[in-house]
Amino acid sequence: MTIDFTKDWRNVALLAVLLAAAFFLPSWLRFLLQTALAGGLVALGVMIQMRAGLVSFGQGLYYCIGGYAVGLLAAKAGVAEATLVIAAAVISSVVIALILGPLLSRYREIFFAMLTLAVSMILYGLLVKAATLGSTDGFNVPPVTFFGFLPAQEARGDWTYVLTALLVVVACFLIARYLASGAGALLEAVAENELRLEYLGSSARQAVYIVYVIAAAVSGLGGALAAIATGHVDPEMANWTTSGGFVFVALLAGRGSAIAPVLGFFLLELVRTYALDIAPNAWQLILGAVMLAVILLLPDGLWSLVRRAPK
Amino acid sequence: MTNQPLLVTDGLEKSFGGVVAARDISISVHAGETVAIIGANGAGKTTFVNMVTGYLTPSAGSISFRGRDITGLSPRQTARAGVRRSFQIAQIFPKLTALENIIIAEIAAEKESVGLTTPSLVRSRVEAGMALLARFGLESMAQRRTGTLPQGVRKQLDIAMAAVSNPEMILLDEPTSGVSADEKISMMDSVIAPLKSEKATVLFIEHDMDIVRRFADRVIAFYEGTILIDDGVDVVLNDAKVREFVIGGVYA
Ligand SMILES: Nc1ncnc2c1ncn2[C@@H]1O[C@H](COP(=O)(O)OP(=O)(O)O)[C@@H](O)[C@H]1O
Ligand SMILES: [Mg+2]
Repeated sequence: MTIDFTKDWRNVALLAVLLAAAFFLPSWLRFLLQTALAGGLVALGVMIQMRAGLVSFGQGLYYCIGGYAVGLLAAKAGVAEATLVIAAAVISSVVIALILGPLLSRYREIFFAMLTLAVSMILYGLLVKAATLGSTDGFNVPPVTFFGFLPAQEARGDWTYVLTALLVVVACFLIARYLASGAGALLEAVAENELRLEYLGSSARQAVYIVYVIAAAVSGLGGALAAIATGHVDPEMANWTTSGGFVFVALLAGRGSAIAPVLGFFLLELVRTYALDIAPNAWQLILGAVMLAVILLLPDGLWSLVRRAPK
Repeated sequence: MTNQPLLVTDGLEKSFGGVVAARDISISVHAGETVAIIGANGAGKTTFVNMVTGYLTPSAGSISFRGRDITGLSPRQTARAGVRRSFQIAQIFPKLTALENIIIAEIAAEKESVGLTTPSLVRSRVEAGMALLARFGLESMAQRRTGTLPQGVRKQLDIAMAAVSNPEMILLDEPTSGVSADEKISMMDSVIAPLKSEKATVLFIEHDMDIVRRFADRVIAFYEGTILIDDGVDVVLNDAKVREFVIGGVYA
């Protein structure tokens, strides 16, 4: 590992170019990309916590909070303005993280993983019981407006894709900045030797609190963009299987770049789509084999192939 | 030397269950001194350092630094108060390079800010980090991953990290253990000189009496959790009890 993220903005710039070009993809593929970008932001939230040695098995909590914030506002409160519902999704995620953070930042390793899982399963349980919100079925989210303008049915895909691509690039850029900052460098120190860090005069808990809140913000944004893309939210967003998928992508993609989890998520979705076509019953098997291969051969994830020259 | 001591411990005691690891440790250290702490294994030397640096809370007694009571503060708070330490087994960030280790130490030592706005590798930090590595003779290690470096180099780096903020006091727990006999003196030279050039007050735990003689102004001998004697180097090393219980017993 390294604390050097000074040049990661170049990767984010590359992502911006790729996403701009992808505007012209066939619409089914672009839609796949759009939902993968939303999920990729949650995997990015998992990845930055991994830099501190922490595995969140409940990142779906914020994916779900972000999605439901958009859903509730648009479907139940009649507020469908994209800027407002997205801001609300991020703010609610941050507020919940600010409240849970002081408790969670005291735990490490399996205890952190299990606590994050527990909290997300509480939300899952509550939503499953909430009949007015459609229980396990969830509910549909009406299309969002852009500064009061509601695009025609056939143009909505274009609009929401551009919105998603823009926000994903901005989020990746900000996360890259964070990873390149002093606070980002301390994550590595938390992972490697917390005692040493404390003896140098810095608080490991504070570093964990910060990364937890930032991860919540980016995951809440991911949830909001997913709700906008699919027009639907349901409690599965908070289920542990969903969270497990984000951990899977973060591990697979690696921690070397802010764009790695985002691209990794898309790659996985592509593989899943084709694998389901070619070998419908072997998908889990393929997934497991890929995971095993990456852990054994590329412990720093697929991104280590991109960052070829190790020091 | 000023009249006001920098560090004063008064009646420090630490027991672990039934075992009394330290008892009635009362010392005072003045700014600028270099004090050696000697004593057989299990004499309570590390326990003393752990209490002064906030890792262990004393069962009784008090610690003051620059006239301020620091008893019971956390390692982070004592570090921020200006008391730093190194470890018997080097405590570093093994997956990072030596320079990155120092940069983490620089970020950690900066007051108040959580560091969200400044890049970690900002030029001022890199330059200060390289200068510090050079002071400790480690500049050639700057880009090396530290986990695989020899034990002696890791211990030097550990001390260099503790020295990042130019602390007023630094406690070194067995800086030369794990270093081969013929390298001990040069290793001590390479860490004591840069610490002294920044006027740090140094306490170091040491088993090698040649090193003690060469680097210390004063020696405190521990024996079974208590202070046997606390005096000038020649007095202590020629003391009959020290020769019998400390030097003779273990090092003969
Ligand atoms: N955390 C601990 N729990 C129980 N006993 C301890 C602990 N730390 C030290 N001791 C005991 O206290 C005594 C002094 O230990 P220590 O300060 O490490 O000695 P030294 O550094 O002089 O070799 C020893 O008998 C040791 O076994
Ligand atoms: Mg010891």
